[in-house]
Amino acid sequence: MSSRDRVLGRIRRATAGYGAAPEPAVPRDYLRVHGVRTPAGTADLLAAHLAEYRARVHRTDGDGIAALLARLLAERGARTVLVPPGLPPYWLAEARATRVEDRPGSDPYELDAVDSVVTGCALAIAETGTIVLDAGPGQGRRRITLIPDHHVCVVRVPDQVVDSVPQALPLLDPARPLTWISGPSATSDIELDRVEGVHGPRTLEVVLLAGRAQ
Amino acid sequence: MRAALFVTCVNDALYPRTGIAVVRLLERLGVAVDFPAAQSCCGQPQYNSGYRRESEPLLRRTAEAFAGYPYVVTPSGSCAAMVRCHYPRIGRAAEREGRGPGLSALAEELVPRVYELTEFLVDVLGVTDVGAYFPHTVTYHPSCHGLRGLGLGERPRRLLSAVRGLDLVELPGAQECCGFGGTFAVKNPDVSAAMGTDKAASAVGTGAEVLCGADNSCLAHLDGILRRRGADTRTLHLAEILASTEEEPLT
Amino acid sequence: MSGTFMGMPGMPGMPGMPERSDRPDAPELPATPALPDFPAFPDAARQAVGDPVLRANLRRATHTIRDKRARAVAELADWDRLRAAGKAIKDHTLRHLDRYLVQLEEAVTAAGGTVHWAADADEANRIVTGLVLATGHREVVKVKSMATQEIGLNEALEAAGIAAYETDLAELIVQLGHDRPSHILVPAIHRNRAEIREIFAAEMGRRGRPAPEGLGDDPRELAEAARLHLREKFLRAKVAVSGANFMVAETGTMVVFESEGNGRMCLTLPETLISVVGIEKVVPTFRDLEVFLQTLPRSSTAERMNPYTTMWTGLGPSRGADDDGPSAFHLVLLDNGRTDTLADEVGRQALRCIRCSACLNVCPVYERAGGHAYGSVYPGPIGAVLSPQLRGTGSAIDASLPYASTLCGACYEVCPVAIDIPEVLVHLRERVAQGGPVTREGIRVRIRPARGHTAERAAMRAARLLLDRPGALRAGERLLARARRLRPRRLPGPGRAWTDSRELPQLPAQSFRDWWARERGDRA
Repeated sequence: MSSRDRVLGRIRRATAGYGAAPEPAVPRDYLRVHGVRTPAGTADLLAAHLAEYRARVHRTDGDGIAALLARLLAERGARTVLVPPGLPPYWLAEARATRVEDRPGSDPYELDAVDSVVTGCALAIAETGTIVLDAGPGQGRRRITLIPDHHVCVVRVPDQVVDSVPQALPLLDPARPLTWISGPSATSDIELDRVEGVHGPRTLEVVLLAGRAQ
Repeated sequence: MRAALFVTCVNDALYPRTGIAVVRLLERLGVAVDFPAAQSCCGQPQYNSGYRRESEPLLRRTAEAFAGYPYVVTPSGSCAAMVRCHYPRIGRAAEREGRGPGLSALAEELVPRVYELTEFLVDVLGVTDVGAYFPHTVTYHPSCHGLRGLGLGERPRRLLSAVRGLDLVELPGAQECCGFGGTFAVKNPDVSAAMGTDKAASAVGTGAEVLCGADNSCLAHLDGILRRRGADTRTLHLAEILASTEEEPLT
Repeated sequence: MSGTFMGMPGMPGMPGMPERSDRPDAPELPATPALPDFPAFPDAARQAVGDPVLRANLRRATHTIRDKRARAVAELADWDRLRAAGKAIKDHTLRHLDRYLVQLEEAVTAAGGTVHWAADADEANRIVTGLVLATGHREVVKVKSMATQEIGLNEALEAAGIAAYETDLAELIVQLGHDRPSHILVPAIHRNRAEIREIFAAEMGRRGRPAPEGLGDDPRELAEAARLHLREKFLRAKVAVSGANFMVAETGTMVVFESEGNGRMCLTLPETLISVVGIEKVVPTFRDLEVFLQTLPRSSTAERMNPYTTMWTGLGPSRGADDDGPSAFHLVLLDNGRTDTLADEVGRQALRCIRCSACLNVCPVYERAGGHAYGSVYPGPIGAVLSPQLRGTGSAIDASLPYASTLCGACYEVCPVAIDIPEVLVHLRERVAQGGPVTREGIRVRIRPARGHTAERAAMRAARLLLDRPGALRAGERLLARARRLRPRRLPGPGRAWTDSRELPQLPAQSFRDWWARERGDRA
């Protein structure tokens, strides 16, 4: 008998006692969203919650993004910046840092030598202060937002912002690799007190980009 | 109004003054109190120690002793929780074991009529000021079964707050267990004593003269620790404070 | 993790175990085989209670997280409804566990993964060891995983010549300190910053990059030391081993919640990823995650959301060709006592557990006894109901765990999937004290009562006989009242446990019963 059959057989015997007893439906009366907000209010909440977990939040629009990203990279002293495929080229038009194109096959040591990475995202969730990446255009492979110590993530407001987790899931494709990021890398392992900055990027900057996608 | 007093075995044998206080208090509030002599223990020590079958005769006895009373009042959150939370479970287990619905029926019939004292005062009689007088500083420890098993909430504190002369002070970490836990106190004596010592220290730290509770078993444990440590804080059941008046003060 | 292996007994070949025939019925058996000499809970707890540093560390940590959790939960007006939904989703899944596991297997396979089934720890260890050896590599990086600790995977890998590096900060502290984990979420909770500094300074150099010179005990500095020490391991790693918090049956998606980024490193950089996951971790739909994504972080680290959550489905849309993550993914589905637990109508609710550890943080017994006293990788209230079910109640530690609680109910109150831990504890006490029917390795057996309960059983029966006769009870109470002047300071026998630290209650002159008969006898 294979272990698969053995385990499944044990489960079937263990659950036989349920018989035909009626099964209660899963109650889904929990809230789809906590509170009523305008789109601007949702963006404000996202900014507040990101900041509370020590992400640095910036706001700009299509006219200001190139200058803002250039300034953030310069303030960081970044000499090199990773660029995922599909990142709108004008975002980094004013940046002085050397662009490093992400390419399959680059080994982790190469990525470890890069100072910063700039990406977009799939969506952001205001109630939890979360950005979600799905490896889509402008986001790249999961490792590029992990190994460099400085991640700048651009969120288009209001298009990419939802209020809550229940609103986020239907917009995501589980077949794609998904990374949910809520603030910079952190740990509570020493005396159960939160400390920011372990293995992931220790600095997370989120740019809220106003206006529709161009 | 007529109510039966379910005094509980611990109060019967060790803390009769709590039972007497409940009788005086309820009578003062116009309730005719009966004490059905057939009552005994609720069976919690057996049940919680893993001897469910030994608790069944006591379930039956309790249900029969209080048959016909619209209100059964007990000055123990723990024993009230035993009836309300565990009697139905004992009944269902017996049914599962193919021994019929008899115990379940007894439990179902009894459960809605059983009230912990503060529930009876606040919910049934609708009083929070019971006309008591007790000119002392008091801190209140909400025992776990009353707090979480029955959901007594603010009832005990509302009753205490309305007592004339009483200065109610907050007990830090009030919601944490005192460490009694029935046979836990003897099966895990070190952890039990450590928990009780911390609770006793919190009570002493409030400066209160009296540590009040609504379960004498927890208070026996805490009182034993306080006296062993030579602390001045004394323990008192809530009923005794509520029974105390200017005319008949607690002695 | 080196040091004592506290994993699962009950492997094939253990003396006293039934043959693995999986017959539905079998005769009465002695209680299951013993754990290697772990002391019973009260004895292990005694040492912890007497250790002031440990007491202070635990008190500080548990109280810090307790208050934070309460605030994080209070933010959600629908917490009770999320809790009810989480419970219902898990119950539904357990009831149809066979169907959902088969569906999961199909989805993972369709997405390019390979699914393995392990009936017990030994089999899971053999599968993982074989998979690692087949890669040709002799080093694995590990994401913190309860399941792999439960089966003692690190020891099995080491025995096969494979080095296993724990990468979670707390697991690293435990591994470098030759220690045992004492908490589900924060395995090094029993260590304070000064102790951690000592461990890092002394041990890091033996396993790789040494700690920086002059390392201080600021948590930031300690985290930085761990970052430097582990980064070289992450960058060169070819094989990773993980667990998972959830598996989605309909899509084959695996979900790992974490904070530090070590999880992301292990899940995305190596070529081969092996995930060992308990069969109870499956949920039916992707949508079901909307409940647990809200309840798990708030219950465990008291955050609205943990810093990183990774979700992956097999090898992804490109089947691993895009170099975004491993090119080989193996899922090992682990039983190891779970189906036996599922067979118990009362005890099966423990399988709803999502390993948040809120019950540990709020437990007054855990706070004083510490995690090691529970003799298992699952300490605290959930451990007290899980270990005796997964391992049986045959050993001293497992027979004592159901009693390691005052039944105060704080654990049930905070549990995000509403496991009534006190109910299961009482149920397991019955099993220990009375014996009865249980399922071991798929076989329905009757076990005998654990040793040491004969006197208690006799006492409980005698007490019941007395209590069931109010006349005799009254006579007994009068006898007690007459003895009131004899109140000793110390009692002999089992009563000593009471009088060692407490005075006895003062006995009244008469019982309530007597008072009533005298005062109100006419109305009785």
